[in-house]
This record gives sequence, C-alpha cells and structure tokens, in this order.
Amino acid sequence: MTELIELSLAEARDGLEAKRFSASELVRAHISAVERARLLNAYVLETPEKALAQASESDARLKRGEARPLEGLPIGVKDLFCTKGVRTTAGSAILGNFTPDYESTVTSQLWRDGAVMLGKLNCDEFAMGSSNETSAFGPVVSPWLPPNWDGARARATIVKATAERAAPAGLLVPGGSSGGSAAAVAARLCLAATATDTGGSIRQPAAFTGTVGMKPTYGRCSRFGTVAFASSLDQAGPIARTVRDCAILLRSMAGPDPRDSTSADLPVPDFEAAVTRGAKGLKIGIPKEYRMDGMPEEIEKLWADGGRWLAAAGAELIDISLPHTAYALPAYYIVAPAEASSNLARYDGVRYGLRVEGGDVIEMYENTRAAGFGREVKRRVMIGAYVLSAGYYDAYYLRAQKTRTLIKRDFEQVFAAGIDAVLTPATPTAAFGIGEKASASPIEMYLNDVFTVTVNMAGLPGISVPAGCDAKGLPLGLQLIGRPFDEETLFATAKVIEDAAGRMVLPKVWWE
Amino acid sequence: MRAAARDGKGLKGIGGLDRKSHPANKQRTNGAGPMNSPLDHKKLLKSATGDWEIVIGMEIHAQVTSQAKLFSGASTAFGGEPNSHVSFIDAAMPGMLPVINEECVRQAIRTGLGLKAKINHRSVFDRKNYFYPDLPQGYQISQYKSPIVGEGEVIVDLPEGERIRVGIERLHLEQDAGKSLHDQHATMSHVDLNRSGVALMEIVSKPDLRSAEEARAYVTKLRTILRYLGTCDGDMEKGNLRADVNVSVRRPGEPLGTRCEIKNVNSIRFIGQAIEAEARRQIGVIEDGGSIEQETRLFDPVKGETRAMRSKEEAHDYRYFPDPDLLPLEFDQAYVDELASQLPELPDAKRARFITEYALSAYDASVLVAERANADYFEAVAKRDDGKSRDGKAAANWVINELFGRLNKEGRAIDASPVSAAQLGGLVDLIGEGAISGKIAKELFEILWNEGGDPRELVEKRGLRQVTDMGAIEAAIDAVIAANQDKAEQAKAKPTLIGWFVGQVMKSTGGKANPQAVNELLRQKLGI
Repeated sequence: MTELIELSLAEARDGLEAKRFSASELVRAHISAVERARLLNAYVLETPEKALAQASESDARLKRGEARPLEGLPIGVKDLFCTKGVRTTAGSAILGNFTPDYESTVTSQLWRDGAVMLGKLNCDEFAMGSSNETSAFGPVVSPWLPPNWDGARARATIVKATAERAAPAGLLVPGGSSGGSAAAVAARLCLAATATDTGGSIRQPAAFTGTVGMKPTYGRCSRFGTVAFASSLDQAGPIARTVRDCAILLRSMAGPDPRDSTSADLPVPDFEAAVTRGAKGLKIGIPKEYRMDGMPEEIEKLWADGGRWLAAAGAELIDISLPHTAYALPAYYIVAPAEASSNLARYDGVRYGLRVEGGDVIEMYENTRAAGFGREVKRRVMIGAYVLSAGYYDAYYLRAQKTRTLIKRDFEQVFAAGIDAVLTPATPTAAFGIGEKASASPIEMYLNDVFTVTVNMAGLPGISVPAGCDAKGLPLGLQLIGRPFDEETLFATAKVIEDAAGRMVLPKVWWE
Repeated sequence: MRAAARDGKGLKGIGGLDRKSHPANKQRTNGAGPMNSPLDHKKLLKSATGDWEIVIGMEIHAQVTSQAKLFSGASTAFGGEPNSHVSFIDAAMPGMLPVINEECVRQAIRTGLGLKAKINHRSVFDRKNYFYPDLPQGYQISQYKSPIVGEGEVIVDLPEGERIRVGIERLHLEQDAGKSLHDQHATMSHVDLNRSGVALMEIVSKPDLRSAEEARAYVTKLRTILRYLGTCDGDMEKGNLRADVNVSVRRPGEPLGTRCEIKNVNSIRFIGQAIEAEARRQIGVIEDGGSIEQETRLFDPVKGETRAMRSKEEAHDYRYFPDPDLLPLEFDQAYVDELASQLPELPDAKRARFITEYALSAYDASVLVAERANADYFEAVAKRDDGKSRDGKAAANWVINELFGRLNKEGRAIDASPVSAAQLGGLVDLIGEGAISGKIAKELFEILWNEGGDPRELVEKRGLRQVTDMGAIEAAIDAVIAANQDKAEQAKAKPTLIGWFVGQVMKSTGGKANPQAVNELLRQKLGI
C-alpha cells in the first residue's frame, strides 16, 4: 500500500471517490508511514486511533455518496492548533501535557469537511524559529540528505544523537517554525499539513523541503484556538506537495469567524478552480530590493527562470521597487517579540501547563517560566518587554509600527500601479545543517526570513513553490506575493512555475 | 478677601467679590482649569501655619450593567460559586481571543451622553501588562490613549444648595480582574475568576474637587446618573462602584501639589474619611518640613488613616500597546444619535422640571431626584390618574418627610413601601379638600402603612372626616369655656393661653374639628 502515500491530496481524493481504495486503507498506509518515520521527529503526537475512527466514518459516508470536500484525507496538524481532547504543546515544555477542551476554528473546519487527523506535528517553540531547533521535543530532521550522505549514515547519526540527547548535527533542518509540517509532507507522512506563518514559518520550510506553502492574507483564516505568537502577524495556511493540494486545503481552513475579531468577513473563493487560470495577461513585479549581495548564484538564476516561465505563460514582467524592504526584518523583530512578550504572559503556572513551585507567587512565576520556556522564547520575551517599556516604546515599537506602515504602502503602490503579483526568491539559501546556525548569532537565523517577513508585515498573501535545486541538489523555492485576499492569482501563477519547473522529486525513504 | 485671581490672568475685582452673593459664582465653573476656580474659604483647612486647599480628582470604576462580560459570553451575575462564570477566554486558555460585547459599548456611550461628554467615534483597546494570579491573560484590556468617551461634566449639588461643575476628563472601557482569596488555605491563595473580564467603565474626573464633602457629593451624583441611565447599578457593597482618589494639598494660590492616589475606596463615607485623613497627613508632612512623594496608598477604615502601598519607583511599567487581537472600535454619529434618543430623563433635567412643574424648592427637588425610583414615586403622588396635578409641595412634603422618614426608620426601600403612591395621592387629595386635618392625615398614614386600604373609604368608615360644621364646633368651644371659666378670664390678659383651649377643643372633638375654624371662633369667644 506504500503507493497510497505517494499520491497527492487531489489524487487521493479522486481515488476515494472512484473507490479505488478506501479511506481506511489510505489512512492505514499513512499511519504505518508515520510509525516508521520516527527518526525524523516530525510528529510529536500520533493519533492513529482517532485517525482510524475518522476514516471509518469517512468510508461510511463515501459508501452513502455523502462525501465532504476532504473526506477521508489524512493530514497532519501543527502542534500550535488546539485540538479538543488531544495534547497541544506549541512545541513548549511550559504547556506540559496541556489538553484543550476546545478545537481551533481552522482544524474544526477541516474535520467538518471530512479530513482525518494523523497527529500533531513538531514545530519551533511557540513558532519562534526558522529551523525547528527551538522545539522542546528536539529538532525535526529534514528528509533531504546533505550532499554525499547516505541513509545508513543519517540513521546512525540520528540514533547516536538521540542516545546522547544531542542534536543530529550534520543532517539538514526542514526550516521552521512549521518544520514538522514541511518534513512530514515532504516525507509523505501525511497528504498535507496545517501550518502557521508569522514571519515566514510556512514559506521558508516549504522552500527548504521542496513542498508548496501558502500563507494567506491576514484575516483569511481564523486565529481562534491557535496558540498565539504575534497576533497581528500570525496566519494559518497549508503546506502540501502541490499547488492544487494547497488550494484544496485552504478552502476548508479559511473563512470568517465571529470568534476572531480580525478575521475577514469575506466569502471563501473556490481556490482550486483558480489553480488552472494561468498567468496570461498578468503583470508580475520583480522587486530590485530583493537582489541581495552575496545571494547564491543558483537563487539568482532560479528567480530569472521563474520570471521567464511566467513570461512564457503570457505574463508581463515589470521591474518594481519596494524601497522599505531593508527595514522589514529589523521592524519585524521588534513588533513580533513585543506582541509575543504579552501573548506569552498567560503561561504563568497558575491555571494550566507546567508549574514549578516557589516560596511565593513571584518565585513560582519565575521558576515556572525559567524552566518552561526555551532560550529563543526567553530572548524574544525579553526583547519584547524591552521595546514596549516606558522610555523605549517610541524609539522601538512605535518606530517599527511606522516602518510597517511604509512597507505596506510600498506594496499598495505597486498594486495600485497594476501589478498583480510580485515574484521573489523564498529564502536567501537552501536548507542548512542542524546546529549550524542555532549556535551562531541569532541574527544569522533571523536573516532566513528576509524575503518573507515583508509579506507578514503588510498582511499580504504569499506562496512558496519549489522551482529547482541548488548545486548540492537541495530544493529551492520561489515566492509569489499577491494583493490582499487575492490568493487565487497566487495559486494560478504558482501553478505555472510548478508546471514549468516540473513537480519536485522528493527524497526516497531512508528513515525507516 | 484673599481669593484673588491666582494665576494673574483673572480680573482682580472678581476675587474680591463675595462668592455666595454673586450670581455668576453661584455655580463654580472649573472648565478653564482648577487654577481659575474661585476659592471658598469654608473649604480651606486651617492649620497653625495658615490655610491649606485640598485638591481632589477621582477615578471611578463602575461595573457596566450587562448580561455578559466585555469580551466573552460568560455571565456577569454576582454571587455565583467561585469560577462558575468563567469562559475559556476569561481563563486565558491558549489560543482564545476577545470579541467585544456590543452591549457594553452601548452602555459606555449612553454613560458618556449622560455626562454630556464628547463621544469618540474611534477608540482603541490597549493591553496593560502586569503579572498577578487574578489576571489570567497577564494583561488587562483597557483603553489607554484613545478612550471611547472624552471630556464631559457633572453638576454636583452640595447640601447647602450650592452647585458645582466637575469636569470629566474621560471614560474608558476595561476588563475587571478576578479575585484572590487568601483565607481558603494555610499557605496558598485561591483565585476566583467570576469577575475576570467583567466590563468596567473607568470615569476620570478633572482635579476639580476641593473638599471631602464635594468628593462625596460628586460620587453620589455620578452614581445617581449611572443608576438613572441603567448603565451601572452603583452597588458599592458588591464592589460594582469603586473609587481611586487622587489627593494633593497646596497653599491657596499656589500651583498643584504632589498627589497621592488612594486605591479602591469602596464606600462614599470612606471616600470622605480617606480624603480628610490623607490631606491631614500631607499637611503634617509639609509643615514638618518634608515633601510629598508621589505614591499609591490604601485607606484603612479601622485606623482611619492611609498607608503607603507602593512608591513611584515601585510603580509598574505597564508596557501599554494596542491589543492586536481587537480592531479599533468604530461607529458613526447615527449610532450615537439613536442611543441619545432613547436616554431617560436625567436627574438635572428632572430636578429643573420638578421645580417649574410642581413649584418645589430646589432642595426638595434635589432630594426627590436623587433616586429615580423616588422621583417616579413622587410624580405618581403628585399627578392624579386623570393627569391633573395635585399640590406638588404638599405631595413633596408627604413623600420626603412622612414616607421617606418612615422607610428610613424601618430600613425599607421605596419599592417595598407598604403605602402606594396612589394611596398617598389620595391622602393628599383629602387634605386638599379640607376633608381631613394634617393631624388626622398622619393618623390616616399610620392606618395606610399598617393596614392598607383606600384612604377615602377609611376616612368615611372610621369617621375621620374633619368637622367643619360651625355649630358643632361652637358647641364644643362653649362646653370647654364653661368648664374652664378661670382660664377663660386669664386668657384675656395672656392671649397665648388660646393654644391650651385649641388643644382642649380638638381633644373633645377627637381631632376632627377644623383647627383654623376652632382658632377663629375661640378668639371671638374669649375676646382676644
């Protein structure tokens, strides 16, 4: 049954509908793949019983001809989404064995549409990270092997590192923070996965793993029930193996929600129908500010390839300027930690999750938060508290917000000038090694988000689509940025690139 | 008079006028700032080193009357089992988001209108960050830079008939915190989150108050307005209305002194006591050569003193910033107009109407409008079912003196009065018709209070009707004079004895004789 896990979400859906296999067979194949892939550390919690129960309901519905849009399709859920009765940790020790009594809006809509949950996926702690190395559950290993590594060496490295409670240095990161989601999708441990993106956490891991990641417009998906990192930037979206699969999943994830005041009261389009629209007549902006010094040649070339593919499909390429791009990253690393410092105040040991007792309540807070939060989270909470404190607010937070307005205006101006989508590289490099940047200056790690944070700061939709490989054979992605709530154009243009580049050949199984 | 224009900008002559006699000063207008307000010497605190002026500003936390909390659907009912009215949002579970309760917004706007305040069509919710176990989110959602209501005013009636205008700085919406219970366990505190997230209106006054008495009167009036509007029940015992009091002292004419904030004073009486204690403390410190440190203090009603809670240095850095989970709160003027059109008549308007419509004294009108239920009761007494008015003054007298007196004595609320407005109205009618005397009316009131019944029927059935038959009265007088010849003689020289004769005649007629007729006839007969 291993061929079942190689199917795309759309192929699996069509196969179920055509009754070529049952939902239970499809789900069992995935459960088995998940169980055999534990070396990758993509799942932090497997829920096979729940999956089988959902699959059997799906089979009943399929039999009755009452299939819902995602009927019987097994997916993984980033552990940032609260799932009723299923442990939810946000990759943090501070939540301990927290088991919510409620379901996030995004996941509840997936179950409403018949999807099947395989389990909860690893991620950076509170989604803070670009390599999945800040997770309390340890790093996720990318299914992509470093050049000249074979499966045996990789397996031995992981086994040894696990025994030594160390990170499997040398292997590649899947990116982050949705590293578990991207790795699981790339390794065929689910048909698709939910993810979240605050500064690039969907698009960067998608680019690193040769998968497609869509960060919708801010407000497209409800944030209700998703553990908050930075409320004004957080947005849920899908990671899948094809553009079409992303479109299918997003349709179920998206939609207005009265429980999230920032969710947009707009109907959800049939994204899948937009996938095949093509790029004819579209104006594609190529921003000069994304051409960075020291950018690998392969990325330059890939970017140019992407432009040519779109032009070949009838799009017009136009050089544009987004002058405030350079300020996006520093502004982001003020706004996001500021909101995070406040959002994470609730993890205080009083009501749920970890509690480390102390002599008085202040000591209990300190002990709990010292033990429960990892280094990166602590760093950001401290930065955030600092930039909001009296005397620094104007110089940092307020200034960053003003910068954010300018970044947004840059995009508004190019869209007003008729640009339909902006084409950029997704990341400045291909995937790096585990431990390579985690021990370096945090700025090194933050630079991963340089092409993606602008999109969050402006609240726009962005998609990362695999477009080729670097000289070492590692996947690279291109990013398309769209007008607010015009995810459809992004699906259409990304599909053009996907078709031109050819569907990414994902690594063969070595992790079993 | 030293009440000269203190900032040098005012006209010199005004300061020298007797404030009480000058109509322009009857209502103190502090709109131009406290520096311009005339000085009232009565309100100055005397001390060995001279006079001191107290300057007071208040922050009132009023719980919004609403079914659900400010950002969650949980109930706001008082007195539930601990943690029985708590949603996932109130407990700040991961991933929970606040959603504004529109009813609370309406109540805040209504209150703003009642305070004649500027309604801001756009306001912003901010997070006020601090750690405390009864603050589950680790921040309070409040409005910091952009409140929903801006400047307004409250006209405050003082007991001596003086009225002052107190400026309102702003009103904003915010969440209440939960309650820490420290007496449930030997070493640990428990937390009750029932209150967590309940909507509060923080109403901030300008520093326009000059005495404990003014402060008490201000809170009383504000409470009255809120209760009229139905936006806060004003129940201080349940903590639904709490005051933070800012107090400073200065020599008359000098700039504002350093203020101290007395937190969470929960009764009007304590507000007065706290201000007096704090002003005395500050004066003592300054007169001893010290200076006032800006700090937060608590009032201890048992010891009658305030004590330091935290200094300015220890003050929290709340790290305010706009709450990214909430959009700015926006509405248009039509929304405000709709709410304005449905406002009830407010105490000031009612008071003015009572004075003109029922010819009441300002004092009586003020007393009657202090509680809406009282005012409604009075109007029901003063107006007959046919819409015609009764004697307003008489109605006010009966309501204020007899009814309120009796209710107070028995600790009853107006809605638990055994005598209905219709009954009391009937009684007033009977007096007006001359059917009963004032004395009999009191007797009748007793009967109505204890036994109930229709006043007119009672008068007939029990023979309470006033005797106006002059023949009967004359006979009674003759009998009294005949039995007291010696006194009748004395009365000629000592006319005050007539009172004794009136008493005797009233006694012999069972109080039913018309006292005026008795008086007149007696004078004739006794030759006074």
